[in-house]
Amino acid sequence: MNIELIIGILNIVLISTTPLVFAGIGELVTEKSGVLNLGLEGLMLVGAVTGFITLVLTGNHFYSLFFSIISGVILSGIFAFLVLNLMTNQIATGLALTIFGIGLSAMLGKKFSGTPIEGLNPYYFITISFLLVFLVSYFLFKTKSGLIVRAVGENHNSAYALGYNVIKTRYMTIIFGGIMSSIAGFYISICYAPMWQEGMTAGRGWIALALVVFATWKPWRLLVGAYIFGGVAIMQMNLQAIGVKLPGQFFNMMPYLATIIVLVFISSNKLRLKLSAPASLNIPFEKNQ
Amino acid sequence: MIRKILTILSFFTIISVSALHADQKKIGFIYIGPPGDHGWTYMHDQGRIYMENALGDAISTTYIENVPENADAVRAIRKLAASGHDLIFTTSFNYMDQTLEVAKEFPDVKFEHATGFKRMDNVSTYSARFYEGRTIIGHIAGKMTKTNTIGYIVSFPIPEVIRGINAFYLAAAKVNPDVKIKIIWNYSWYDPGKEADAANTLINQGADIIVQHTDSYAPCQAAEKAGVLAFGQASNQEAFCPNAHMTSIEDIWGPYYAAKAQAVVDGTWGSEDTWQGFKDGMVEMSPYNTKLLPLDLILEAKNMETAIENGTLHSFEGPIYNQAGELVVKEGEVADDGMLAGMMFYVQGIDGEVPQ
Repeated sequence: MNIELIIGILNIVLISTTPLVFAGIGELVTEKSGVLNLGLEGLMLVGAVTGFITLVLTGNHFYSLFFSIISGVILSGIFAFLVLNLMTNQIATGLALTIFGIGLSAMLGKKFSGTPIEGLNPYYFITISFLLVFLVSYFLFKTKSGLIVRAVGENHNSAYALGYNVIKTRYMTIIFGGIMSSIAGFYISICYAPMWQEGMTAGRGWIALALVVFATWKPWRLLVGAYIFGGVAIMQMNLQAIGVKLPGQFFNMMPYLATIIVLVFISSNKLRLKLSAPASLNIPFEKNQ
Repeated sequence: MIRKILTILSFFTIISVSALHADQKKIGFIYIGPPGDHGWTYMHDQGRIYMENALGDAISTTYIENVPENADAVRAIRKLAASGHDLIFTTSFNYMDQTLEVAKEFPDVKFEHATGFKRMDNVSTYSARFYEGRTIIGHIAGKMTKTNTIGYIVSFPIPEVIRGINAFYLAAAKVNPDVKIKIIWNYSWYDPGKEADAANTLINQGADIIVQHTDSYAPCQAAEKAGVLAFGQASNQEAFCPNAHMTSIEDIWGPYYAAKAQAVVDGTWGSEDTWQGFKDGMVEMSPYNTKLLPLDLILEAKNMETAIENGTLHSFEGPIYNQAGELVVKEGEVADDGMLAGMMFYVQGIDGEVPQ
């Protein structure tokens, strides 16, 4: 193997893994505050289509990114209102958000699908994704605000009793997660495969969700996990192209399988489970308890 | 009061609509992807639109998109059959058993299954001889490659796909015995990101021509970005990769769909197997890219099209050996349709094994 080939492989791994890092790190922060948002796939698709349409209409990448982010803020804002104020079931609401996002993006993008666009260099976002993991890790574990987010996620009643605004904190983390997912979508339709086609995220939102569990809610592990998932996928392609026979279906299910194994591992021990998962995850918060 | 008025109004609307379309035939389609994929499903949808224009008010059409090739397909097909459709096109290979299952429940509804081989009294099968187009692009690729390495991105190991790989390789190796093809199985028809990854991986490994048997135009786009050549899939994809796109194999379903719908309207529909290629216009080549291809090569390709049409050239002319070195098609003979329909082996010269 020569050095050029290896650099080429790394290059492809970087490009294909970045959307997982964005969506995953956003969801990690949301879950750290005790909210499970299963709507990533929908958020990504709407982010992707909004970015694409804006780019077609204005030809400006900055506007395109801006409106993509706005779509994430609006959709995740709706999700936050439903689960925080109306206290709807988080799992059902998240699934509804995904289904809604798939349909909405297909409807919005119908007229624009198949318009050639000028793609954007993925390297800006690859760099930002590494920085982001560092910042999120610093924020969660080294700042007071990060401590509040974790406190709210571990025990919202105690956090509330201490005078922290649980609802406001969760609004912020949900919207942060929404923004990250929409950036992941933007990256897919503008940088990764510059096009819009229905359902083009092809399940990456679900892989990002699996990734958060795989990483046991730790930012750096999430980065490593994302590159393991991405790296394995690209390596199997390389081996195939060299002529090694591989069970391709197996590699398609690898991320989910690995996540289940991690889940089994961390839930086999109650203490380990407590140390890993935010204790208030998926539990609705009522103020007047 | 208002509700009463609305009820009466809606009652009249239903009557008027059904009176207007009393003898209109309803025709349904099951799509594996979105009509906007600019590939496989897009071309079926173009066929549907052609049919609507050709038959006008005699028919009305419905389609269900993004139907997975599993038990969900049964529900989708049954939904169409139960809602009064007279003719249903199921447009992907792995809808085969699901189509038969529903066809048994609805003997009065006619079914047309694309690329399959199982038929019943009310189930026809139809397919296009895409491999004829693969012979043309194989010839072009064999002549145009400088690295003698061609990257080939494929979806699932089914006969149609493997037949395409073989036809492509036989034609390429005929004009360039040193040519090697590198194959990546994606196990999905449609995932633009993954298709782009596969294309980039192949280019990184030295391929200077990208061929695909998946449904999005991401591979062609990736080729454009990397400055190598590519062939489009199912529809003309030149707009997305003008400096890489040499030609595409286009699937032309419209005339067939219109003929079958007409047969249902006339009451002459019967179960049959249709497999057409260049000759009947079910497969066409997109305009050859004159910026990328030398004129004499374009001429050669066009002559090959004509030769295939009038039968003087066949994609699978003997002698053809399989990977084990056994003679599968004798010299002077061509592979028969039975062998082509069930082709699950690579011909000699292709590296790797067919996945099981």
